[in-house]
Amino acid sequence: MEAIKKHFLNDMGVMLGRSMRHIFRSMDTIITVAITPIALMLLFVYVFGGAIQTGTDNYVNYLLPGILLIAIASGIAYTAYRLFMDMQSGIFERFHSMPIARSAALWGHVLTSLVSNAISVAVIILVALIMGFRSSAGVLSWLVVAGILVLFTLALTWIAAIAGLSAKSVDGAGAFSYPLIFLPFISSAFVPTETMPSVVRAFAENQPVTSIVESIRALLAGQPVGNDIWIALAWCLGILIVAYLFAMRAYKRKAA
Amino acid sequence: MEKAIQVKGLQKSFKDIEVLKGVDFEVEKGSIFALLGANGAGKTTIIKILATLLKFDSGTAVVNGFNVTLKPGNVRQSISLTGQFAAVDEILTGRENLIMIAKLRHLKNSRQVADDLLNRFGLTDAADRRVSTYSGGMRRKLDIAMSLIGKPKLIFLDEPTNGLDPEARIEVWKTVKELAGGGTTVFLTTQHLEEAEQLADRIAILHEGRIIVSGTLTELKKLFPPAKVEYVEKQPSLEEIFLAIIGTGAPTRQAVWGEKKEEK
Repeated sequence: MEAIKKHFLNDMGVMLGRSMRHIFRSMDTIITVAITPIALMLLFVYVFGGAIQTGTDNYVNYLLPGILLIAIASGIAYTAYRLFMDMQSGIFERFHSMPIARSAALWGHVLTSLVSNAISVAVIILVALIMGFRSSAGVLSWLVVAGILVLFTLALTWIAAIAGLSAKSVDGAGAFSYPLIFLPFISSAFVPTETMPSVVRAFAENQPVTSIVESIRALLAGQPVGNDIWIALAWCLGILIVAYLFAMRAYKRKAA
Repeated sequence: MEKAIQVKGLQKSFKDIEVLKGVDFEVEKGSIFALLGANGAGKTTIIKILATLLKFDSGTAVVNGFNVTLKPGNVRQSISLTGQFAAVDEILTGRENLIMIAKLRHLKNSRQVADDLLNRFGLTDAADRRVSTYSGGMRRKLDIAMSLIGKPKLIFLDEPTNGLDPEARIEVWKTVKELAGGGTTVFLTTQHLEEAEQLADRIAILHEGRIIVSGTLTELKKLFPPAKVEYVEKQPSLEEIFLAIIGTGAPTRQAVWGEKKEEK
């Protein structure tokens, strides 16, 4: 058992290397997690953006936080997919019958999700910079933004783990992510909520994405964040803990 | 002689269905043991229990001297599982698959280990191709090669030749024989009587949740009426025709198994 603990990081590293290869060898994944959000950003900035009144003169600044959340939400759909395929193909059974920590296989997927989403977020921010995104945020603010994005990614990753572990088909494993990708559209990510009909507005203002978007936006603009950041953190941590518990239960059931 | 596997009174139910109703058997170290049974007889369930993947309801199972329930870590250290469906990573190349397992077994020279196995299994030319381009036989060979990494004392092969063409099947048989020759214990399941007959030192038949017969082939034959001499015209089987036609490199069954038959 001691030896297994000692090797845990090594084993997770091997698992990470494996799924990162999966990502870079799948054109489909790269298109969905990086190119689609960039295309969406181009579309909103250069097509719709002129007609959208946000009260700021730099729409890229306004839009970027929402685009990042959409990229992460589409990224974690692949975590569910990869997890499901591993359960199906029997490679999990091979790993589980080997002298490695059992959870290394699962945590490898979680780590992969963090790393791959970090890469796509970085690429999108780079493109946004070319499109005119500017931030007056200092190092500390950027670190807080990174922290929120990591928490958000982890929360969604554990939701994805539930889906990947309990789905009956490949389609089922990926389907849960559509509402997550759609959520930013019914929030303040693209347009201010003031113009929405009252019911929609009430939903938009009280769902997790709005508080997360508002926090990131304020941090990047070097403005005071107010209460939004606490609401955002509460949402992320709450979802993270609940999803983690359910995912672990599903995992234990599958790998008894 | 030392035992690689000792199973006593093994019981396992899935919800209301009683799959194993008290299974007893022992496997000698270094031997090939074939568990024979129809589809759904519980062969895979037994393998999963012995490979620490599944809990059971009652009885005891000891693998390489370690109790499966109490010392699963030690059991995993000393075994390898080749499941019913080739557990290989399709997106990685053959070489990458082997290196991955070698790293997970914490071997220092993972690249060398991979090269040796690729060579031994005739996969060197395909080493850097993705496994998704492999044929069923190549996949199975890679699968078995992955199981050999770290030199486990006991290898479980769950229906190793299921879905393979005759040529690939003979290749797998040859590999299994070589393994046992090198001192590894092989526990395999099969639905094909012929496979058990060709390979196994001992055969056990699992039927309705129990081992109903177990012994060497000769012992099993004694349980049935003595052989009668009958004149039957022997037509070549389609398999023999197939192998004869493509036959350049493919060893015939006689060539592979001749040695074994003489021993008996």
